Amino acid sequence: MTDPTDKAREEFFSEAQEIIETLSKNLLALDASLREEFSDPGLVNEAFRAVHTLKGLAGLFGAASMGMLSHRLEDVLDALRLGRIELTPSILDVLFQAVEVYGKVLAAEKDPEEDAAPLVEAMLVEFERIGAGATRDQSPTAEYDLDPGLLAVLTEYEEHRLRTNIENKMRLYRLRVQFDLATIDKALEEMKERAKRHGEIITYLPTGETASVDSIELDLLLASQDDLAMLIGALGADNVVIEEINRRNATVMPGTIKPAPMLRSRATSLPGKDEELQPLRMGDDTGLEASGSLKSLTQTVRVDIHKLDHLMNIVGELAIVRGALASISERLREEGQRQLGAELQRLHRSFDRRLSEMQDGILEVRMVPLGQVFDRLARVVRQISRELSKEIRLVITGADTEIDKLIVEELSDPLMHMIRNAIDHGIESIQRRQEVGKPDAGTIALNAFQKGNHVMIEIEDDGRGIDEQALIERAIKSRKIASSDAKELSREEVLNLIFLPGLSTREEAGDLSGRGVGMDIVKTNISKLGGVIDVHSEAGIGTKMTITLPITLAIVSALLIRVGGQVFAVPLSSVSEALAFDASGVHVVDGREVMTLRGATLPLCRLDRLLRVQDPAAAGMRRFVVVASMGTRRLGLIVDHLYGQQDIVIKPLGRSLADVRGFAGATDLGDQHVGLVLDVGALIEEVLTGSELSRERKMYADG
Amino acid sequence: MSRILLVEDSFSMRAFVRSALESGDTLFTGVEVVEASSGFDALRLLPRGPYDLVITDINMPDINGLELVRFIRKSDQHKNTKVLLISTQSSEKDRERGMSLGADAYLAKPFSPESLREEARLLLARVTE
Repeated sequence: MTDPTDKAREEFFSEAQEIIETLSKNLLALDASLREEFSDPGLVNEAFRAVHTLKGLAGLFGAASMGMLSHRLEDVLDALRLGRIELTPSILDVLFQAVEVYGKVLAAEKDPEEDAAPLVEAMLVEFERIGAGATRDQSPTAEYDLDPGLLAVLTEYEEHRLRTNIENKMRLYRLRVQFDLATIDKALEEMKERAKRHGEIITYLPTGETASVDSIELDLLLASQDDLAMLIGALGADNVVIEEINRRNATVMPGTIKPAPMLRSRATSLPGKDEELQPLRMGDDTGLEASGSLKSLTQTVRVDIHKLDHLMNIVGELAIVRGALASISERLREEGQRQLGAELQRLHRSFDRRLSEMQDGILEVRMVPLGQVFDRLARVVRQISRELSKEIRLVITGADTEIDKLIVEELSDPLMHMIRNAIDHGIESIQRRQEVGKPDAGTIALNAFQKGNHVMIEIEDDGRGIDEQALIERAIKSRKIASSDAKELSREEVLNLIFLPGLSTREEAGDLSGRGVGMDIVKTNISKLGGVIDVHSEAGIGTKMTITLPITLAIVSALLIRVGGQVFAVPLSSVSEALAFDASGVHVVDGREVMTLRGATLPLCRLDRLLRVQDPAAAGMRRFVVVASMGTRRLGLIVDHLYGQQDIVIKPLGRSLADVRGFAGATDLGDQHVGLVLDVGALIEEVLTGSELSRERKMYADG
Repeated sequence: MSRILLVEDSFSMRAFVRSALESGDTLFTGVEVVEASSGFDALRLLPRGPYDLVITDINMPDINGLELVRFIRKSDQHKNTKVLLISTQSSEKDRERGMSLGADAYLAKPFSPESLREEARLLLARVTE
């Protein structure tokens, strides 16, 4: 019998992941606050709470390593929170390290092949080194003689916070606030945000006194160093009443304390009579009516992305039905059944509309903001810049740009590598920057935005730029290009040399660049996602890499074409236009066929030759040019016939064909035929950069 | 049919409790488990009760489990409601406070699905007495 908690375990993994990400965000905020010398005790507290929750969950789900790590990290955060150890950049380093180890521990929990135990061990040693754990003292359990009514509902943790704040000579305030029950979460969030700048909210208590059915009154216990006038100025509002709790009655000395009168008086005003609770009642509705209204409270569900894939496949299959409907109605009209044909046509149109809506709806659900991966990158930037003793300012724009969940997952590694490169190779040392009159801190900008059906991600640095001469020499030395060819390379082609496998742009590869993947792998990974990378670089000014990605991989509108008797699909997002092919307009430049389109040169690709599907029967027939574009690059594909547009679901090629370049996958064309989907990015790459493969094919074609 | 209100801010914890309650025990077939993801959610859901059993975490941001116990005990509507407190770590103080506020039982995490079922079974049995 399977453990009933298996499903809950899955939830545990995703929640643990979320908590770790929250923790990471928190540490980044702490890092920023450390630099601005603005300390926010709330941040350490939030980090503490995150780890505390993790510890509890780890215990429940039997995740021993995570439990151990959390337990000890909690000690560290506790010591920080209580000021027993001071937060320094190097301690923050250890905390960031812990986030990394959490990632490994989580991976190991899912995959028994992985072993995170040594990492955890090392981490515990680090914790020990920074002096937490050993000094853990539960001490001033000194009975805190605040109002018993209040103490009764404080958790041990909250009481602990109260004590710490009083020990730190904070003043205590009571904020009585009226909230609208429906919007309390948001309103309270705002209230907290404002209050955080002035101190720490220790607890919230429903007073039980309500002005109306839809509202609730809360007492907030706030510890702050500000005086009453300041707080009223900052937090006062129509629905907020602020009172100070007399401090003399809340000193630290045990035994000598008198109860704080105000707290007591407030406590006695907590719900005492049943009538006071009446307003919260919505009547005796139970059963159906109640569960109907319960639904509105749960506003989100968590869905496995593969279930969405399944739905999308069904939509794809319905799209095929739609195509069949259209052709039947067409046939009916041709056969003279005009009325029936028209009826079917109407039905087809309405089906078409609904299906598009459904497709859009499913796509929308798959979309997540890029901010998810950007947060992780911010951590990497911090870590690398410290390892290399470089100061880096990371500027992120467009973190809310949305893209398919599956694409986001795959973006993390390539982006991380590009950022490593930018810091390691791009940004100069502080000394060098001073010499050339640049600010000490290098800037890395991470910009994301949507452009039509694509999402663009730019990674821009203000470093030294790519040394084109060194790059060429390197490429010649490692026999990637012949020295005779080198002179003929365009600027763009030179910059694209960085994507050649086994090429390093610096004599001694930096410690960091030696790790992980090279730019060739980055490019491969991006093109697997249907994207391309463009490079721009100015010596002494900086480098900008632009990644162009499709918004989704789930379903695409495609142009169906025929070449050499076979049908192929070209994703419409990378087709800018199609026109009749005029063979007399073709010129040969540098051994490459080109034509002129509205004054600009368009390189051409004879698909039949490239794909080796030449069809003698098509010779002499009217042909077409499909202008495909990716990023800034364009390529004219010469094809035999255009069938028109169709929505397709791209299915991956089997494992044995997975490494064949030039195809994004296969698709069901609806008439029980399967068509290959062209990978326009890869085709452009092949043809324009003249890689060995295409050269070989050209030779084959020419020969 | 019994109704249980489960108050817990961690969704995997909620999933754990729910699966523990729903796993093949005849006592729990037909039990409706309503989930609240925060103390506020619970305050909104409580008036739509009554519930036979409220299972609540103690350590939650904003409204904590102890405050909920007090709230429930002050209300006539919930006079027959049993309250089971669950806590992240075994804290004697939290347990004492919870019990003195009127909770019926306390379970420290980590706990097994069996012990949770056992506690819930005992409490529900007392409701029907």
